[in-house]
Amino acid sequence: MTAEFWLTQAFNGVSYGALLFLLASGLSLIFGVMHIVNLAHGSYFMLGGYVGLSVVWRTGSFVAALACGALAVALIGVGMERLFLRRLPASQTLGQVLMTIGFALIFQDVALLVWGGDPYTIPAPAMLSGALRVGALHFPVYRVFIIAVAIVIGALLWLTLEGTRTGAVIRAAVDDAEMAQGVGINVPAVSLLVFALGAGLAALGGVIGGAFLGVYPGADFEVLPYAFVVVIVGGLGSLPGAMVGSLLVGLLDNFGKALFPELSYFTLFAPMALILALRPTGLFGRA
Amino acid sequence: MARQTVLAAGGLIAVGVIAPLLPSYPLTLLTQALISAIFAMSLDILLGYTGLPSLGHAAYFGVAAYAVAILAVDARAGFVTCVVAGLVAAAGTAALFGLLAIRATGTYFLMITLALGMVVWGLAFRWVSMTKGDNGISGIPRPELALPWSLGAPLPFFYFTLAAAALAWLALGLLVRSPFGMSLKGIRESQSRMRSLGYNVWLHKYLSFIIAGVFAGFAGILWAYYNGFVSPVDVQLVTSVEALLMVALGGSGTLVGPAIGAALIVFLKNFVSVYTKRWLLILGAVYIGVILFAPRGLVGALRADAAPLPPAEG
Repeated sequence: MTAEFWLTQAFNGVSYGALLFLLASGLSLIFGVMHIVNLAHGSYFMLGGYVGLSVVWRTGSFVAALACGALAVALIGVGMERLFLRRLPASQTLGQVLMTIGFALIFQDVALLVWGGDPYTIPAPAMLSGALRVGALHFPVYRVFIIAVAIVIGALLWLTLEGTRTGAVIRAAVDDAEMAQGVGINVPAVSLLVFALGAGLAALGGVIGGAFLGVYPGADFEVLPYAFVVVIVGGLGSLPGAMVGSLLVGLLDNFGKALFPELSYFTLFAPMALILALRPTGLFGRA
Repeated sequence: MARQTVLAAGGLIAVGVIAPLLPSYPLTLLTQALISAIFAMSLDILLGYTGLPSLGHAAYFGVAAYAVAILAVDARAGFVTCVVAGLVAAAGTAALFGLLAIRATGTYFLMITLALGMVVWGLAFRWVSMTKGDNGISGIPRPELALPWSLGAPLPFFYFTLAAAALAWLALGLLVRSPFGMSLKGIRESQSRMRSLGYNVWLHKYLSFIIAGVFAGFAGILWAYYNGFVSPVDVQLVTSVEALLMVALGGSGTLVGPAIGAALIVFLKNFVSVYTKRWLLILGAVYIGVILFAPRGLVGALRADAAPLPPAEG
């Protein structure tokens, strides 16, 4: 176990955490505003990857893939929220769970129908290939790119939430939807906006992850637990929680896999169960 | 005795009588439906009677199934050893997880049980030296009992499962009618009221959690013997959610409802997959349709005292 090992693993963990942040920040915000436990969130990630793949095949443009993937899935999210989830009373947590898993199964089957069962990789642009050398260490440029995207998105979300009127409206809806509605905030419109944003961010993660982990059937249910761990550890509805949670989960997962391959999921989920037992609302969550 | 109970008992007897006339495929489906029915009823002790929506119930089912698989295949252990070990494993896991989960209510209970379920799935998937990982453990022999018929054939194994399911149904029926079961319903309706009446709410919930785990484990043991194969699929999130669907479809807060829901889902899955490859699509539509059109389940639509799905705050 040299310093090189620790640095490389830490870097890999941070870059994986950055990808998780794209996925989990949306899930956390959706929960914060609408109290929806969305089990279809991993499907947004997978569908984003598939749409991005098709766009890259047609146009060859990675940027177009990012834009189209995020936009298409944001629209799917809007449709789901508007036509189905909104019909359920907010107290029907279990109903939401069953309904969103229903959508997840449908998306899985549709993806299989359209894109088949073979795994693909989205070709990354040439400028993002290769590695940065720092002394004896190699840092793949693509992983640096993922970290940069996550920092930019995180900063934008933070500035929007803390600094703009829209952000204040969203925070008000998170804190107390009923009261926000009472002072004249259009909570259903905020919910729709947040749902679109969350689905779009997850899809963006799917396109970026598609060039890094690949796009394949089953990716939806593979990333879903990770997103949930991040949100649970960080606290439901908290952006700083999602940031810290993503970083923590990325590192735990990476070191767990490197050091204890047989127990790697255990090293991820057991600390989470412990955090929850000690702080049932997560690190940054409020009851 | 309630009319539903008589009808359900009549149904079980009728199935037992016509079983010898059935070909082996419907017989194995019926066996599978009975095992799922035990699993769904055990979940309803938590969900419908205590008001605790668990999203990780496959953990106890799976732990027991794995215990049987490992002992029966690796150690060539006998039937009694396997059953006891399976039940103890399920009870122990539930006792441990319950300590962590019972503190939370509503959505947080849902989340923590999901997380605990993932712990078990993670071990099943990655602890390869113990569980054989993704490949699963195959070649679990059917139990050797001192009976004139071998349980290897579909019909004797069906009767074996029928007897086990009737036993579980009877035990759970006595439980929910007992004073303890009544207190659970009281907790479902109002925790604070039960607390001020002097009931130890935590202990009731904790015991309910363990009992539900033990019966899920009972179903898991039967599943391991029925299927002859145990894999991470048995403990994954989708399996836990499927159990919730069975309860929701049949009607929570009853025992007959989840059993009917379980049978319907088992038959639906198998029949639809015969006719079309798109069965996931149809199953997904069933999830959405049940919530939109029958939120109180089939039994709930017919009966007044079925509990609606519990609200977020416990």
